[in-house]
Amino acid sequence: MDAITFLQFDFPSILLGSLAALGCGLLGNFLVLRRQSLMGDAISHVVLPGIVLGFLVTGTVDSLPMMLGAGVAALISVGLIELIRRLGRVEPGAAMGVVFTSMFAAGVLLLEQSGAGGVHLDVEHALYGNLESAVWLEATGFGDLLRPEILADLPVSVTRLAVVNLAIVAFVALLYKELKLVSFDPLFADTLGISSRLVGTLLIVMVAVAAVAAFDAVGSILVIAMFICPAATARLMTDRLGTQLWISAGVAVASGILGYFAAALGPQLLGVDMSVSAAGMIAVVAGLFQTVAMLLAPRYGVLARRRLQRV
Amino acid sequence: MKIDHVSGGATKIALAEAGRRDVLDPGSPLAVAGLTVAYDRKPVLWNASFSAPEGELTAIVGPNGAGKSTFLKASLSLIPRLSGEISVYGKPMEAARGDVAYVPQRSSVDWDFPATALDVVTMGLYRQIGWFRWPGRKDRERARAMLELVGMEAFSDRQIGQLSGGQQQRVFLARALAQDARVYLMDEPFAGVDAATERAIVDVLRKLLAEGKTVLVVHHDLETVPLYFSHVLFLNAGTVASGPVTETFTAENLQKTYGGRLAATQLAALGEAAKVRG
Repeated sequence: MDAITFLQFDFPSILLGSLAALGCGLLGNFLVLRRQSLMGDAISHVVLPGIVLGFLVTGTVDSLPMMLGAGVAALISVGLIELIRRLGRVEPGAAMGVVFTSMFAAGVLLLEQSGAGGVHLDVEHALYGNLESAVWLEATGFGDLLRPEILADLPVSVTRLAVVNLAIVAFVALLYKELKLVSFDPLFADTLGISSRLVGTLLIVMVAVAAVAAFDAVGSILVIAMFICPAATARLMTDRLGTQLWISAGVAVASGILGYFAAALGPQLLGVDMSVSAAGMIAVVAGLFQTVAMLLAPRYGVLARRRLQRV
Repeated sequence: MKIDHVSGGATKIALAEAGRRDVLDPGSPLAVAGLTVAYDRKPVLWNASFSAPEGELTAIVGPNGAGKSTFLKASLSLIPRLSGEISVYGKPMEAARGDVAYVPQRSSVDWDFPATALDVVTMGLYRQIGWFRWPGRKDRERARAMLELVGMEAFSDRQIGQLSGGQQQRVFLARALAQDARVYLMDEPFAGVDAATERAIVDVLRKLLAEGKTVLVVHHDLETVPLYFSHVLFLNAGTVASGPVTETFTAENLQKTYGGRLAATQLAALGEAAKVRG
């Protein structure tokens, strides 16, 4: 692997995987703390009709209308869940289940009936994404990383994810204190006039945006893994929320890089002739990080607790 | 501001007979009139009315399931109500958030949350700090001073899950103190705490009283009511009676509120305790 092929073929894929992991991983911290871990999973189902409608209206797989559609779909679902929970007097989990399956079914129906199915929105794509298809043929050397006009030729999915990541970092930085408060004590937040429902809804909208942006590149399996694994790993390593966010970001990016190389070089090293999905491998590496943390974490790890019990 | 949604003339007459206000007192730190709350169509609070006396410590007592916590939460507009009006010094609750501090029940949050004692106390300042801005050095200093007031300065960097129940309660108290409000609503701060914490809470209550604050405390230990509080509100689905402890904390009102749940000897002893103090 020489420098130019690395830049042209591997680098954009690594960027895609790492950026997707980073954005989802950061937001995942608050989902895990609010015991909404499966929200990422659910949201990636809910947004499907929004994505399809965005596609049908504009006729392109361009990201902006799709993301708008997805955001609107996420908002409608949050509203519907509240409505069903109140009118039907059922527990939130049941209300979520009803809304998510219905929205996903509506999305599939739209997809089948409208003929959008053949274009870009097929099942395999939805599950695994197409990380490997990202290329940057204009690159001729590492110097190009500093040249804006050549950087502009990076695949649009990379720039889109970069923009979404910036938005996510800004969201978490600006609303860090509010997110922390409503995740810990929503009732108290309301007595301060900091609406827990408003902050919670904003979080879900950002989750939807992150899910849609990442979905196209890495597929829904990795999206779900990335909402949970880095945050859950980081949660085991520290008792400070700030530190937890940094660790989760590190785990997310490291999973993106290591996962890609494991998929690219792993089969060769093992001497088997087969190809491995990079997105899948990234999720596997994130899972490994989590396993190691469960075993070795300073206070919450299995070994640390064993040692404590013995003393 | 007449309450016109009270159903049935009988209730109205009953209210009048009890000599209770059914008009919001604009001067009261916290006035509640005709408050009715139901969970899943089952009424928990029925037509509760109360006007908190300014600068006094009021105990809210009543049997389990009497709606004491619900009364606090509904007064704070945290849960929907079927009817009723609430005012804080004549203003609606939504416009008076800065005047009211709330100490929730300790069991209402997850203490495994990655936060230190200082982090939690700083949350009491979030309203003053304002949206989008981060707490600064001054805010942390103020939070540290509040921890000192409850004797917890040595634990400011401790993760909240590593604190004892009493220490967690004191952290909640310090968070409310940081708010520098005029009215304090506390939900069972004395529940299951150690002696050191009980003393710390009493000290804080005295301090608030000396500063002219109005404090309402949901309390379950009847024996300490005459000891710690100047006023009492008896609650059982509705407001049974309220007033100064010396006049209102009587065997008759206890009997009315708790029914057969208190033995006659207990009632007599509690009545004596109240009289001795009066």
